Amino acid sequence: MCLGIPARITGIADAAAMLADVDVHGVRRQVDVLCVAPTDAPLEDLIGSWVLVHVGFAMSRISETEARATLALLAEMGELHEELSAMQSTGETGALHAVQ
Amino acid sequence: MRFSEEFRDPALAEKLFTEIARTAEALARTRTRPITVMEVCGGHTHTIFRYGLKDRLPDTIEFAHGPGCPVCVLPMGRIDDAITLARRPEVMLTTFGDALRVPGAQGSLLQARAAGADIRMVYSPLDALELARKNPDREVVFFALGFETTAPSTALTVLRAAREGIKNFSLLCQHILIVPTLRALLEQPDFAVDGFIGPGHVAMVTGTRPYDFVATTYNRPFVVAGFEPLDILQSLLMVLRQLESGQAKVENQYARVVPPNGNPAALAAMRQVYETRADNAWRGLGNIASSGLQLRAAWSAFDAERRFPLTPHNVPDPASARCGAVLTGRIRPAECPAFGRECTPDAPLGALMVSSEGACAACYDYEGARQVA
Ligand code: SF4
Repeated sequence: MCLGIPARITGIADAAAMLADVDVHGVRRQVDVLCVAPTDAPLEDLIGSWVLVHVGFAMSRISETEARATLALLAEMGELHEELSAMQSTGETGALHAVQ
Repeated sequence: MRFSEEFRDPALAEKLFTEIARTAEALARTRTRPITVMEVCGGHTHTIFRYGLKDRLPDTIEFAHGPGCPVCVLPMGRIDDAITLARRPEVMLTTFGDALRVPGAQGSLLQARAAGADIRMVYSPLDALELARKNPDREVVFFALGFETTAPSTALTVLRAAREGIKNFSLLCQHILIVPTLRALLEQPDFAVDGFIGPGHVAMVTGTRPYDFVATTYNRPFVVAGFEPLDILQSLLMVLRQLESGQAKVENQYARVVPPNGNPAALAAMRQVYETRADNAWRGLGNIASSGLQLRAAWSAFDAERRFPLTPHNVPDPASARCGAVLTGRIRPAECPAFGRECTPDAPLGALMVSSEGACAACYDYEGARQVA
C-alpha cells in the first residue's frame, strides 16, 4: 500500500477526468494522473513516461532506470506479486491475495 | 565479499558498510549507549529485515522501528467501527487488503466477512467508487487509511464522487499524519532516538520542509530516504555523519523522487477535503492531538460517520501486548512477551504482526525461528 509500484503510461483514457491507461508489469489498468499532470502542456505529453503509482494514483514521475530498479526491489521483497494480484482481484468478495 | 552480493552495487555496499563502521566507531568513543536511529516508515522496516542489514552493521547501531505503517497503528476501536458499519444490511464496506486481518475487540474484518458482512478488498479508492457506481442500491463505504502518501488519493476520489453526483459513496476516514506524530514522540521525556531515516513516499507528497522542526527544535538529524537497501545504508551514513559533526539538519537522500516542495496538486486536494481531528487514537501510542484527518463540513455527505450512527469508543490494547514500546523504540519486537507465542502473523495479537511492513511481522518472517528459539 505504501511502497507504490512503477507503471508506464500507455495512453490517455479520459483527459477531462484525468484518467490514463498504464501498464504495470504487464497488467493494464486506469490510474488518476492529476498529481503528475503537466501544468503547461497537454496530458498526452505523459504518454510513454514512467510514474510511481500508489493505490491507483500516479504520484510522481520517475526515470526508467528508477522504475526498473524499483520493480526489481519489489520482486525481491515479495511485494510485486502481491500488488499485482490486489490490482487484478480488486472488489471481488473472495479475493485475499494481498493479505497472504 | 559474500555479504554484499545481493546488493545492486556490491562495491558501493562494501564502501558504505566500511564507512558506517568507521563513523560508528568514532562516535562510540564519545558515548556510553548505542546510537539509535529510527526508520519512520514501515517500507524501510521491511527492507532492513529482508536484507538483514542489522546483522551487517556494528553492534553500536540500533534501529528503532517507527510508527510509519498505517495498519500497525490502526486502533481496535476503529476496526470495531468498520465492523459495525459492515454489519448494516445496506452497507458494502471496502478497504485495502492489509486492513482485513487487523484484530479489533470484536475480531477482524475478515471474521466479520466470514459471518456474512459484505466486505470487499479494493486496490484503490477509485475501485470503491466504481463499486458505488455499479451498485446504486448499496451504500458503499470506503474504510480509508494511510498517511500522507494515500490521503490525497482518497481526497481526489471524494472530489470525483462529488463531481459525478454519486450519492451512495462515503468514507470511514482513518487517514493520519506523520508530522504531529513525530512531534509527539520527540516530546516524550525518555525518547532515546538519536536521528531519523525519514519516510520517502510521505515526503514525496509533503516535501521536506515540514520536518525542519526535528532538526531545529529537537536537534536530531533527519534524512529522507529511498527504499533500496543501498538507499538505507547511505541515509544511515548521512545521519551518522551529522551526529559526528554535531550538526542536525534535514537532508534528502531520495531527491530522485522527493521534490523539496512535495506534490502541490496532492497537497491542494488534501487541504480542500480534510481538516484535522482534535483527538486521534493510535494503537500503541494513545491519543495524539491533530494527528488524524476528517472530512470538512462541506463534504459531510461523503462522511460515513455523519451518515450512519456510530458510538465512538476507545478500546485499550491487550495487556500482554507491548506494541507501544516497540513503536517508540524502547524494546525490540522479540522482547515482547507475546512475540511468536500468543502473537504470530497467522494469529496476530497486535497490529505490528499483521503486515509485512510491521516491525514484528518483518522480524518474525526473517528472523523468527532464531528469535523465539
Ligand atoms: S509481538 Fe505482537 S503484541 Fe508484541 S509488540 Fe509485536 S505486534 Fe504487539
